[in-house]
Amino acid sequence: MSVLNADSTVVIVGAGQAGGEAAAELRRQGFAGRVIILGEEPQPPYKRPPLSKAYLSGAVNEESLYVMQPAQLAKVNIEFRGNTKVIRIDRKAKHLELADGSTQAYDKLVIATGGRARPLPIPGADASNVFLLRTIEDVQKIKALCAPGKRVTIVGGGFIGLEGAAVLVKMGLKVTLLEGLPRVLARVTVPEVSAFFERVHREAGVDLRTGAQLAGFEGNPVTAAVLADGTRIDTDLVVVGIGLIANTELAQAAGLAIDNGIVVDEFGATSDPDIYAAGDCTNHPSRFLGRMVRLESVQNAMEQGRAVARNLLGKNEPYQTVPWFWSDQYDLKLQMVGISGTHDRMVLRGDPASSRNFAVFYLKDGRIIAADTVSRPQEFMFAKKLVAEGAVIDPDKLADESVPMKSLVS
Amino acid sequence: MPTIVFVQPDGSRQRIEARVGQSIMEAATANLVPGIVADCGGGCSCATCHVYVDPEWVTKLEPADDIEQSMLEGAIEPNERSRLSCQLRMSDALDGIVVHVPAAQF
Repeated sequence: MSVLNADSTVVIVGAGQAGGEAAAELRRQGFAGRVIILGEEPQPPYKRPPLSKAYLSGAVNEESLYVMQPAQLAKVNIEFRGNTKVIRIDRKAKHLELADGSTQAYDKLVIATGGRARPLPIPGADASNVFLLRTIEDVQKIKALCAPGKRVTIVGGGFIGLEGAAVLVKMGLKVTLLEGLPRVLARVTVPEVSAFFERVHREAGVDLRTGAQLAGFEGNPVTAAVLADGTRIDTDLVVVGIGLIANTELAQAAGLAIDNGIVVDEFGATSDPDIYAAGDCTNHPSRFLGRMVRLESVQNAMEQGRAVARNLLGKNEPYQTVPWFWSDQYDLKLQMVGISGTHDRMVLRGDPASSRNFAVFYLKDGRIIAADTVSRPQEFMFAKKLVAEGAVIDPDKLADESVPMKSLVS
Repeated sequence: MPTIVFVQPDGSRQRIEARVGQSIMEAATANLVPGIVADCGGGCSCATCHVYVDPEWVTKLEPADDIEQSMLEGAIEPNERSRLSCQLRMSDALDGIVVHVPAAQF
């Protein structure tokens, strides 16, 4: 295992937010060697969360998504190469083979290949007006077909689908959202919160259908979506948001340990000490959860990217984080901390059935393990602290809105 | 271009240039200013771009909205000069603004 110095080269495969943040942190920490980011997309590292929000709505332009403008990358000597596909890692020679036939040597390699949007596994999904939503290019294609009065069918009631629905219905499109499960956000929250978001979307004019099994499409371009029960939904375009597939192929072909993602240790190192990995593609040990976890979130991408950079420089700092997530839909801000599901008690603060803001706390053996808050940023911020501490709080006080959250934090 | 002065907890100062309309957070992250983490990228969702605005500049800023105010109350060691730098848009009137980076963001 080599030690980095001013003559060393760190190559980062993947120009997403984990890769971009790793590069930035290497420079913030004073690393003087070469930093090279190789990305398959043409753009430098950019923020993905706005893609289904402000970028889709047109509120922000492409350049504002870039984490650093090309000139700023150049100024701090981060070499970014877009449109560059790595086809093989030669661990013995310590170089990468690129699609253009060239090679790129590394002293340390960071795999930050992220994930790709899961394609719809039904016939017709390759039609010209069926789109995934993961990249700037995806959103540009969607926007080109969006105009008031157009009909869009959104497949998937997760964060991407719901955020897309909120933006597009506000733009004046007729939005139908299809969720195959009995409720939206089923993977990430409880029925009460799902029901809240279903109500909000329906009130905004979205034709939201749960338990809707999409069977196929008519035409190419698609003119209608067809459900398993025979229902036809006329549509001008289709947007698919049904999850993510971790990009582990490169690591797997190189013989690195793979198990629901690239297996890394608490420092972000793979089974090869000269290769680290960060972001959506990694399966890492979580002290907070007491198990291995693969997180699909920008927080994890950023924090693990930073941790890996620091550990490449010998800091020896375990990556420990309490996961959190957020989603903006309409005027609502959903913020989640921890991971619910293993809770044995749920405490509501506020009323999701009748209002537009509330918090849900999840307790296990008396300890707060997670919280979902809607337009309750203060509750979220204090919940972050309580969850990190595994605090034991009287559930009656948590539920009582006359008790300030601040008073519950030690 | 208006400039921003970032003061680190150790007292060191760094002056950077910002574009009009750019947030102080964006200018900080683009210039690798230490201590401005900005995990959520400007969504007012994480409070990891917390700064203390220098007293003479506080009143020159638009006041914080309810969401920002609520997030700040749960930030690390907030005070009356606390702001989320992702919510502060640069203008020529803010040329030379001084902000202090906190010791920790989380």
